Amino acid sequence: MNYAPRLPRLGTFDAWRDAARALASNDVPADQVVWAMAEEDGGLFGTGAPLPAPQAMSVPKDFVPLAKLVCASRAAGAHDLLYRVLLRCRGNAQLLGNRADPQVQQLAAWAKHVRRDMHKMKAFVRFREVTPQGANRRQFLSWFEPDHRIEELTAGFFARRFTDMDWVIVTPEVTTRYNCGSLTHEVLKTARMDLNDETEDLWRTYYANTFNPARLKIKAMQSEMPKKYWKNLPEADLIAGMIAQAEARVRQMQDTAPSLPHVRAAKILARLPDRSDEDQAR
Amino acid sequence: MAKMNLQEKLAVLSDAAKYDASCASSGTTRRNSADGKGLGSTEGSGICHAYTPDGRCISLLKILMTNFCIYDCAYCINRVSSQVQRARFTVEEVVHLTTEFYRRNYIEGLFLSSGIIRSPDDTMADMVRIARELREVHHFKGYIHLKTIPDASPELIEQAGLLADRLSMNVELPTDAGLKAYAPEKNAEEIRRAMGRVRLRKEAATERTHTGRRAPKFAPAGQSTQLIVGADGASDVTILQSSTRLYSDYKLKRVYYSAFSPIPDSAASLPLIKPPLIREHRLYQADWLMRFYGYGAGEIASATTGGMLDLEIDPKLAWALANRHMFPVDINRAGKGMLLRVPGFGTKSVARILSARRSGALGYGDLTRIGALVNKAKPFIITRDWSPGSMTDAANLRLRFAPKPEQLSLL
Repeated sequence: MNYAPRLPRLGTFDAWRDAARALASNDVPADQVVWAMAEEDGGLFGTGAPLPAPQAMSVPKDFVPLAKLVCASRAAGAHDLLYRVLLRCRGNAQLLGNRADPQVQQLAAWAKHVRRDMHKMKAFVRFREVTPQGANRRQFLSWFEPDHRIEELTAGFFARRFTDMDWVIVTPEVTTRYNCGSLTHEVLKTARMDLNDETEDLWRTYYANTFNPARLKIKAMQSEMPKKYWKNLPEADLIAGMIAQAEARVRQMQDTAPSLPHVRAAKILARLPDRSDEDQAR
Repeated sequence: MAKMNLQEKLAVLSDAAKYDASCASSGTTRRNSADGKGLGSTEGSGICHAYTPDGRCISLLKILMTNFCIYDCAYCINRVSSQVQRARFTVEEVVHLTTEFYRRNYIEGLFLSSGIIRSPDDTMADMVRIARELREVHHFKGYIHLKTIPDASPELIEQAGLLADRLSMNVELPTDAGLKAYAPEKNAEEIRRAMGRVRLRKEAATERTHTGRRAPKFAPAGQSTQLIVGADGASDVTILQSSTRLYSDYKLKRVYYSAFSPIPDSAASLPLIKPPLIREHRLYQADWLMRFYGYGAGEIASATTGGMLDLEIDPKLAWALANRHMFPVDINRAGKGMLLRVPGFGTKSVARILSARRSGALGYGDLTRIGALVNKAKPFIITRDWSPGSMTDAANLRLRFAPKPEQLSLL
């Protein structure tokens, strides 16, 4: 008999867990299950047989946090491999501790990609103010393009941090809203939005001036802030110019140095207590 | 001179602050604004919100309150004798920038430093006022790092520690003689005394009172400092000995190394050089070995030449090459301490090896999956299916790792 659980775009992990529990607790082998996201299902496999009634079962405690991450992955076969490893875990509580195991290693790698994607979303979401006149709470809007299905996993972070304002984070597939303390998600296909905000001028000023042209390390920057994020970062279009001018700026520093002390320096220094006496006294 | 607007001030005062390497926003208490009253949160690990083309991360709004300064430190762009343009933020301006940047998710918080104006106490009091305004008026729960002025009164440093997540004081030059020569108004003894007071105050905050109540947190993310590399003649070994003392005597969270970098208006006593970035990188590696891999400063020193770390290979590899009688290591039997000394094994790889070998003896391919740098480790390890034979003691082993000599180009 074949099973074909279909996972929803929101609540993916909960749906996967319910289905996996029903199947694994009844010893259904992995080859009899075809996992897919509901939206990707072209009706090729139908919906399969109804799932059996779940029996009680336990899993090693490091399985659930791993599964939450892997369920958000867009990697082909992620939900399937997760189920295979779940079956193997039942006879081997130490399995997930063995990173030399190819299946465990693969899940760990996928989890790492999702974790990195979440981290970059927390870092690179940029809120733009859109408060209408007369509103009693400030309102902000952001457009972000994650690699994986991480909107629900990262929403809590923003909801714990930005509570005295209302905000919306729009991704190509999901819109997350925080309104007067309540958080909601909606599956909604959206095209890229071009947004801006007056404060971005100050931010760009800061970005340009905190850069030290004498320490150019472009590769280090790009490995942490890959180009795919640049189009949604207000500061990123400054980068090319900053790199192009760096060498000339350093040369100019070297050519003009050293300068004469500023005229007020002698006057100010004369007023300071003399430290050389203190040292001798000790 | 026309009055500067906020954007012009920000340009001057962020340019003036960028020579401080620290931008960490991690390791403080967990806080959030779930009560709906304030703004901000901290969740253990820091976040880098942007990277500039110098490869450094932007986690905090790193600015000077003012770059007016009555001191004359030769390495510093803000020294009294510099011709650099001067500016000063008001309390409201710093608060505005911090909260508005934070709301737009540009930053994790504020790193506030300052030139010394009027007196150390006046300056410190103004900085404390900014932190208090953020915490108490705006209920700001993000990260605050205050650069403390060693000569400021203990009462002000006390207040700073109760408001900020991290306090720092920069030693800047690794030796007292260097400080005296290049920063004549600073006093090494005074800096150490102030760091010692912060350490004691921080320890007192972890004890419970006789009623069992917890004392308010004091600088929960600890204190840090910075050493400038390559301005004076201090060797790497001198620098590392200096950091060892700083870590052990004052329980510092971090010592930052900052390659001396050309500044726009330099002093005659310190000629401009290309910043020694590789040297800085090697010092950070050595620092890591001391903090997370169990190496002593003396052990690292034993594998240096003339007190300087090898620029071509990392200090862990240099130590292994100088101590080949300790290798090869059997990865299926060795203890954690020895595994940590294998070149190509990081702390994560070692933890995974220890965990994985409970499921059976590990082979060469297993190490690759675990994430170890097997090519580097190869001469130093024995696995279920690999033994390096004479490779470990081969006279030319260093050549395997050192970068190929570059051919000179014709002029």
